[in-house]
Amino acid sequence: MSMPSVVLLPPHANARQPLIHPLIVRITHWINAVAIIVMIMSGLEIHNAYPTLPFKAPRMLTLGGWLGGATQWHFAAMWVLMTSGLTYVTYGFISGRFKRKLLPISLSEAAADARAALSGRLSHDDLSIYNAVQRLLYSGVILAGIVAVLTGLAIWKPVQLQTLTLFFGDFGRARIIHFLAMCAIFLFLALHVVMALAVPKSLRAMIRGR
Amino acid sequence: MFGKSRAPHKDTGVILRETAGRLDMPARRVFLRNAIGLGSLTFLTGCDVVDGFSAERMLQSVSDFNDRVQALLFDPNKLAPEYPESAITRPFPFNAFYSEDKAPVIDPGDFHLDVTGLAETKKPWTLEELYALPRFTQITRHICIEGWSAIGKWTGVRFSDFLTRIGADTSAKYVTFRCDDNYITSIDMPTALHPQTQLTFWFDDQLLPRKYGFPMKLRIPTKLGFKNPKHIGEIEIGNEFNGGYWETYGYNWFSGL
Repeated sequence: MSMPSVVLLPPHANARQPLIHPLIVRITHWINAVAIIVMIMSGLEIHNAYPTLPFKAPRMLTLGGWLGGATQWHFAAMWVLMTSGLTYVTYGFISGRFKRKLLPISLSEAAADARAALSGRLSHDDLSIYNAVQRLLYSGVILAGIVAVLTGLAIWKPVQLQTLTLFFGDFGRARIIHFLAMCAIFLFLALHVVMALAVPKSLRAMIRGR
Repeated sequence: MFGKSRAPHKDTGVILRETAGRLDMPARRVFLRNAIGLGSLTFLTGCDVVDGFSAERMLQSVSDFNDRVQALLFDPNKLAPEYPESAITRPFPFNAFYSEDKAPVIDPGDFHLDVTGLAETKKPWTLEELYALPRFTQITRHICIEGWSAIGKWTGVRFSDFLTRIGADTSAKYVTFRCDDNYITSIDMPTALHPQTQLTFWFDDQLLPRKYGFPMKLRIPTKLGFKNPKHIGEIEIGNEFNGGYWETYGYNWFSGL
């Protein structure tokens, strides 16, 4: 019998490999990814109508062509993000997955792991266990996502949801926090894509589950 | 001159579509180009991958869906926050689809406001008659779709009182505003009846200046700025959907806050 290749594992061998990402996590992860990219790109076009930054976002990063088109994309993708994001977060909390995988969070451990990673000494052998950097960043991006959605609602409906808007200060402040949450997600995304490509089996696990 | 330029309702749709067709093309092309370029993303939303027009239609139907969601979210008793005098933004920004010097010049002596559609009393109103109506003042935040906001002080007649005076059929769906700067927009009846929706004649204790919409604007603190028409010349109550100037270009119609 020849050695089974990675892709052609016999069923019993496959079954012994632990499931790292359940189907619901994989589906919502990818839907969230697309929705977030659409939200960021259309959001940057909206930003350009009245820039928070001292410059406008480059055209290649924007979606919608102009303010009107961008708002249409933004207010369409928000339903996708809210549905899929809420499913993802609810599952993470209720199943205990977040607690199991993301805790404890330690800045000093994360710093140590980051140093180890940069010197090539950090192993990704067991994909089911996150290192301290991953725990910190994954928790951080989930938090940034929640803040982005809440501030988004606060500036979308500053009269109907005025208590929420007031919680973030006022319309102007909520808008700035919305922008900062986007920046955090943007930076995470850039690093996350680089790391997923650097460790292809982690990408495969988010597609096949193992 | 401006009084005569008001678009008759039957033609409004056609004129709007023509205007959109002419003025919108560069923006629309860019929009479509982007939509096609992002064809690989559109699989998510269930439209044809390479058909830009289809992406545009899909987005418009979500926007229509968002109109219905916002109508449900709208609480007719929920008031927009009011602010102290010290919070007023001075100078208050000017914003329109034309530059400040292109704002219409209206002769107050010659002016009359037309009432059309489902109302019992359709006699035109002079400014003198309008100024004599009971008034109230609000200091509220004007929020622009572009993302900026400014707090201003507006004084005028409660729009629901005005609708009562003209015997408007408040079971009608829409109120449409045709303006002397050739702007047009329409709003839902619940928002028209909201206690803070105001037919405004004064701004910051002065007669409403030309750049802010002389002789009158509609102040709606529960909607985005572009839903606050200036230089209003005709108010129509009806069940026919008339959309609006920016709405034709793709801004969401309800645009509630």
